[in-house]
Amino acid sequence: MANKFEPNMLATARANSPADNSTWLTSKKYCYALSLVVLLLPLLSAYFAVTNNQGLWLWLPFIFIYAGITLLDKVFGDDESNPSEAMVEEIKNQAYYKIILFIAVPLLWLSVIVLAYVITHYEWSWFSFLGAALSAGIMAATGVNLGHELGHKVNDNAQQLAAQLALALSGYGHFVIEHNKGHHKDVATPEDPASSRMGESIYKFAQREIPGAFRRARALEAARLQRLGKSPWSVHNEIIQTALITLTAYVLLIAFFGPLMIPFLAIVAAYGYWALSSANYIEHYGLLRQKEASGRYERCKPQHSWNSNHKVSNLFLLHLQRHSDHHAHPTRAYQVLRDYNNVPKLHAGYPWMYILALFPNIWFSIMDPKIADWAQGDMHKVNMDPQAKDDRFRRYHRIAQ
Amino acid sequence: MAKFECPDCAYIYDENKGAAHEGYPAGTLWAKIPEDFPCPDCFVTEKPDFIAIADDK
Repeated sequence: MANKFEPNMLATARANSPADNSTWLTSKKYCYALSLVVLLLPLLSAYFAVTNNQGLWLWLPFIFIYAGITLLDKVFGDDESNPSEAMVEEIKNQAYYKIILFIAVPLLWLSVIVLAYVITHYEWSWFSFLGAALSAGIMAATGVNLGHELGHKVNDNAQQLAAQLALALSGYGHFVIEHNKGHHKDVATPEDPASSRMGESIYKFAQREIPGAFRRARALEAARLQRLGKSPWSVHNEIIQTALITLTAYVLLIAFFGPLMIPFLAIVAAYGYWALSSANYIEHYGLLRQKEASGRYERCKPQHSWNSNHKVSNLFLLHLQRHSDHHAHPTRAYQVLRDYNNVPKLHAGYPWMYILALFPNIWFSIMDPKIADWAQGDMHKVNMDPQAKDDRFRRYHRIAQ
Repeated sequence: MAKFECPDCAYIYDENKGAAHEGYPAGTLWAKIPEDFPCPDCFVTEKPDFIAIADDK
């Protein structure tokens, strides 16, 4: 039962002897660059669609992310390696890893612009149009993932700007504030709109998360600007800054490529939002930090995040799935995030879990028993949807009242 | 002027420097920082978690 969570054991980062997996750890460096190829798939699919006059090609990037990465995860399996302390010191500040991110951000925009050009300059069926818009949506979703990694580096202006450019693609300009100052602070508590509750479907969650995240970001930024003696309605507001990038880009795309851009960009932005809701939904489902005697919540620990340690999806998602280490140490760069022993584990990579989350009954049947295990049968220790409470207590609560 | 270190990410709040981006200008005393002040780098810890450190660090 390697995947089973043992609540009484301390979660620890797995240590490898330096010789273990050293080839893989070295080649991993280049695999990150290889993952940039995925960002070029829209260009390839646009080329094939036009030269073969076959619009179905426009679905390629969208299908690859879900089916392709899931299949590759099955083939290549888990990533057993963790960088040694010496290796962490060596690579944590290497420019190479940052440059990959800086290349990725303009590639996202390039791919979306090329897809926009192709769907407006050739005749396609509505179905092919949808494929192109969803493939562009995948770029917006990737932008959120990149913006996440970059946005955590709060002391590096270049990375902060790149985060804004990546997030502007989906119009999620409030993400960095909401995520760093809101989600990381409140994670795995009922107060966090970006942590899902046991018994809450993804559809119910998104209705709480999307407006809740926006309100929290707006309040946090307004409070910061108030301390600085500046108006929240000024260019100092980082939410407004990114919104202006989005607005400029969208207006230009509509001006150049016509009204078809309106549904196209609506799908792109909606897809970026949905991908983030999906990630937030699966990353902390049901997990709850306990309150200490002082009334404060315990600090976020590795057992408060769901992890997946599959090689391929982790390369593509910049180790987002090593989520316990990320929440324990949010400023750690992606290339040095470690897998932990004895933390809550998902049975598949995030892309496949996003699909399962679309079907609440399947999701509940897989995840609810895992949550019950995690809480050792004490449903009081679970982040619970109030409406699902009676039902989940009846089915899973194993502690005498 | 005193310094306080985040036990998670090693960010140091230096009263001489404050946390300007977050709206606490240079010279803001630790005593004037609110209890729910999160570490401005990692946002995992809050003021009560910070550890006072020697001035020369």
